[in-house]
Amino acid sequence: MTDSPAGPLKRTPLYTLHRELGGRIVPFAGYEMPVQYPTGILAEHAQTRIAAGLFDVSHMGQVRLTGRPGQAAAKALESLVPADIAGLQPGQQRYTQFTNDGGGILDDLMVTSTGDHLLLVVNAACKDADLAHLQKHLAATCEVEPMFSRGLLALQGPLAVQALARLAPQVAGLKFMTGTFIVIDGARCYVTRSGYTGCDGFEISTPADATDAIARKLLAQPEVKPIGLGARDSLRLEAGLCLYGHDIDTTTTPIEAGLLWSIGKERRSQGGFPGAATIQKQIAEGAPRKRVGLLPDGKAIAREGAEIAITGKVVGKVTSGGFAPTLARAIAMGYLERAHSANGTKVELIVRGKSVPAEIVPMPLVKHTYYRG
Amino acid sequence: MASVKYSQEHEWISVEGDVGTIGITHYAQEQLGDVVFVDVPKAGRKVAKGEACAVVESVKAASDIYAPASGEVTEANAALADTPGDVNAEPMGKGWFFKLKLSDKSELDGLMDQAAYEAFVKSLG
Repeated sequence: MTDSPAGPLKRTPLYTLHRELGGRIVPFAGYEMPVQYPTGILAEHAQTRIAAGLFDVSHMGQVRLTGRPGQAAAKALESLVPADIAGLQPGQQRYTQFTNDGGGILDDLMVTSTGDHLLLVVNAACKDADLAHLQKHLAATCEVEPMFSRGLLALQGPLAVQALARLAPQVAGLKFMTGTFIVIDGARCYVTRSGYTGCDGFEISTPADATDAIARKLLAQPEVKPIGLGARDSLRLEAGLCLYGHDIDTTTTPIEAGLLWSIGKERRSQGGFPGAATIQKQIAEGAPRKRVGLLPDGKAIAREGAEIAITGKVVGKVTSGGFAPTLARAIAMGYLERAHSANGTKVELIVRGKSVPAEIVPMPLVKHTYYRG
Repeated sequence: MASVKYSQEHEWISVEGDVGTIGITHYAQEQLGDVVFVDVPKAGRKVAKGEACAVVESVKAASDIYAPASGEVTEANAALADTPGDVNAEPMGKGWFFKLKLSDKSELDGLMDQAAYEAFVKSLG
C-alpha cells in the first residue's frame, strides 16, 4: 500500500503530532504517513472496533465545486460519475466513482452537498489527476477549487459519537452519510457521519492551521487513540470496502466491483456518464467477472495477486487479502469469473505455490454498524 | 554455553553442539509489527544457507526467512501456530522458529556476533 509518486514527500498538518506519538512514518501516496503507533496494528484495530480511533486522512484530496451563475454543480458532476448527485439534499452525502469511457474506474470518491456547493473527497494518489479531470470537463460550468491543504480527520468507532459530541454536541444528531458545518475549537469544520471502517464514525474537514489543535482535543478524550494506515487497511478489508488501485481501477467497472448500489436508479436507464454504454450493458446482461469475499481455511494469508483456482484452473485473482483481527483469521477479496462467483463456491487460493482451500462468502465479513438514526 | 550469531537478514542462530536454533531478532519483529502467522519448515527438510525456508506474516506483509546456515530441520516451533505473537513478545525466546542440524559449522563464520549486529542495526538508522 505504498504507492509513491516521485518527488519529495509531503506532510500533513499532523506530521509533528505523529512523530510525538511515536508513529512509524512510511511513504504513502506521496506523503509521510504513520502506518502504526507503538501499540501496533492489532491493538489499533481493536481500539477502533471497541472504542474510537483517530485517523489522519489529510492526504486525501478535498475539492469544492460551485456552479457558475445559472449552472448547477450537481448536474455538471453527473457528467463524470454515475451516482444520483442532482438528487442530493443539502447535507446529504453519497459514494460514487469517476468512470472512464470504457466504464473503468478512474477513482472513487465521496460527494456531499452543502446546498451552495459540492464537497468532494478523493483518493490521495489520484487527487492531482482528479483535479485536472474536473477542470478539463467542468471548468465551463463550475468553479473547481482544490482544498488540498485542509486537514481531514476520521474519528471512527462505536464511541466516536460520544467523544466528538463533547466538543460538538450537534454531531449526535447526524445520521450516516449526512454532514454539516460545525465549529470545533473555534474553527469552522465540515463534519460528515461516514468513514472507511464499517463502524459508526465521522470525517472532519478542518482548516489546515486548526487541524493539530482539534486532533489533540480529540486524543484527549478517554475513548480515543491514534490509529495508523495499517489498521485503516485491515478495518476496511473486514468491512468489504474497496481500496482504489487494488480492488478497483481503470480495468474494473462499478458493476464488476459490486458497486451497482451506488449508481442512481434513473441514471442506470438514462446514462449520461462516461462508460455508460458498457455499464448499462453489464447491468442488463451481467458483468464478465465479479468482486467476491473469500474465506480461506487455516491461517495462511492470501494477499493481493494470489491466484484463485477451481480444480486447478485459474478463474480469478485476489485483490486484497490479510489478517482480519476481529475474526482472528485470514480473509480476502478478489475477482472471479461470474460463472464461478456464487456464494458458497469452494475455490483454491494459490499462496506461495501451495493451494489453500477457501470459500466464496458474502461481504462484509464484519457487519457494518453505521448509525442510521 | 550456546553462541549466538546474527545474519544481515535479521535472523539469529543459537548454536549448541551441531544444532542451531533459528529465529528473528528484536529489530526484525519491531519492523514487521504484529506477527499473525508463521509458516515454519517441516522436520526432515534439508535447507541450504540463504534458502527461503520460513515465512512470517504480519498484519501488513509476508516476509521470507532465510536459512542462516545449511542443514536439516530437526524441529519446528509448533506453538507458533496458536501464539504467533510470541515472535513479538520474545523473539529470541519462545518465539523461535526452527532447529537445524548444521551440515557445515564453518558457514557460521560469515555471520555477525552480537556487537557487530548491534552496530549493523545502528547503521540502518
